[in-house]
Amino acid sequence: MDQNLYNYLLMLGDNSMILGHRLSELCGHGPSLETDIALTNISLDLFGQVRNIFQYAAKLNDQESSEDSIAFLRNERQHYNCILVEQPNTDFAHVILRQYLFDQFQLLQLNFLLQSKDEQLKAIAAKSIKETKYHIRFSSEWCKRLGQGTEISHNKITTALELLYPFCNEFFETTEVEKEMMERGIGPNLEELRVQYFDNVTTLLNEAGLSIPQTPFRVSGGKHGRHSEHLGYILAEFQYMQKTYPNMQW
Amino acid sequence: MVSTLPNIDPDLIGILEQVSDPEIPVLSVLDLGVIREAVIRDEVVHIKLTPTYTGCPAMDTISVDLKQALQQNNFKSKIELVLSPAWTTDWLSPKGKAKLEAYGIAPPLGEELDKKALMDGERIVKCTHCQSTNTKVISAFGSTACKALFQCLDCLEPFDYFKCLK
Repeated sequence: MDQNLYNYLLMLGDNSMILGHRLSELCGHGPSLETDIALTNISLDLFGQVRNIFQYAAKLNDQESSEDSIAFLRNERQHYNCILVEQPNTDFAHVILRQYLFDQFQLLQLNFLLQSKDEQLKAIAAKSIKETKYHIRFSSEWCKRLGQGTEISHNKITTALELLYPFCNEFFETTEVEKEMMERGIGPNLEELRVQYFDNVTTLLNEAGLSIPQTPFRVSGGKHGRHSEHLGYILAEFQYMQKTYPNMQW
Repeated sequence: MVSTLPNIDPDLIGILEQVSDPEIPVLSVLDLGVIREAVIRDEVVHIKLTPTYTGCPAMDTISVDLKQALQQNNFKSKIELVLSPAWTTDWLSPKGKAKLEAYGIAPPLGEELDKKALMDGERIVKCTHCQSTNTKVISAFGSTACKALFQCLDCLEPFDYFKCLK
C-alpha cells in the first residue's frame, strides 16, 4: 500500500470530518433558523467530502479498512486534523470565524488539487470545490456583518479572532508526508499557499473592520496526532455508537 | 473534452424513468442527470451514478431504488458511483426543469444570473406561485443541499430555488 498517500488522505479527511462534527452539534441550536440550516448544510457537505476521501483510502488499503472503520475506530493520536477545526462552538462569532479561516485554506488547497497528479483526488476536488465556494461566501459575508455590525458583535468576533487566528499557521507547517506529496505532484506546496492565504485573510479582515492580532502563533502538532483536549471529547461522542454496538449499521 | 451525454441503453429508459429522487419525487433519475451510463453487459445492467452534492443522502436511497426497479424487471444490476466529471445543474433535462417549476421549486438560472440573485440580491428569480420576479433571497442554504430559500415580495409566499452548480 502507498502508506504516505494513505496518511495524506487521512489528513485531508480529518479536517473536514472534525469540523463537520463540530457544525453538526449546532443542529437545532443555531441562532436563527436560516443560520442553523446553513451550518448543518455545510456540515453535510463536509461529511460528503470525507466519505469520498475515506472510501478512496479504504480502496488503497485493499479494503482491509472501510470508510466506517477509518472514521469510527481510530483514537486521538491517529487523527491528523489541524487543531483549529476542533475548537469549540463558543458562540456564533467563533463558529463563523473558525469556518472562514478553514474555508479560505480549503479553497486554496482544493484549487491546487484540481491539478493533482492523483486522478481520484482530482475528481474529489472538482466535486468538493463547488460546495466550498458556497461555504466561503456564507462565512466571509458573516465575518463582515459581525465585524461591521454592533459594538457587541464587533467585540465578539474580535475575541474569537484573538483565540483562533494563532492556530492558522499550522495549515502550512509541512510534514514529511506533505513534502513527499508535493514532490510527487499530488499535493500543494504549502509555503506558496501560505502567502496567498494570509493575503486573502488580511483583505477580508480589513474589510470587516478587524485588525490582525499580534499574538504569536500557537502550538501545533495536529498533523502529527498531537491535539488539544477537545478532540477526545469530540471522538467520545462521535464514535459512541460504533464502540457500544460494534459493526452496527443504520 | 469529456462527453457529457450519458450513454443509456434505450431498452432501460422505461425502467429508469420510474425511479425518482426521494426528496424531489417529480424528478426521475434521468431528469436529474445523475445516471451517466446504463448498459447491459452479459445480462447484467451496469450503471454509473454520479452524486449531485457529495453529502446528498438521497444517493444511497437512489442506489437501492434502482436495484429494486431493475430486479422487478428481472435484471441483475451493478451500480458504480463515479465522481468525474462532476455533476452540474446543466445536466437537469429541460423536462426536469419544467417539472421542478410546476412542483414549486424555481429551476436554476445560468451561472452569472445565479450569482446576481444569490450574492447581489438582484430580483430575477421567478416566484413559483405568482410568476413575479420581485423576489428576494432569504437564505442561500435551504431545506436540502441543492436549494436556497426565497420569498416573493408580491404574493409574500416563500419558495425554494434550485441553486446553480457549475
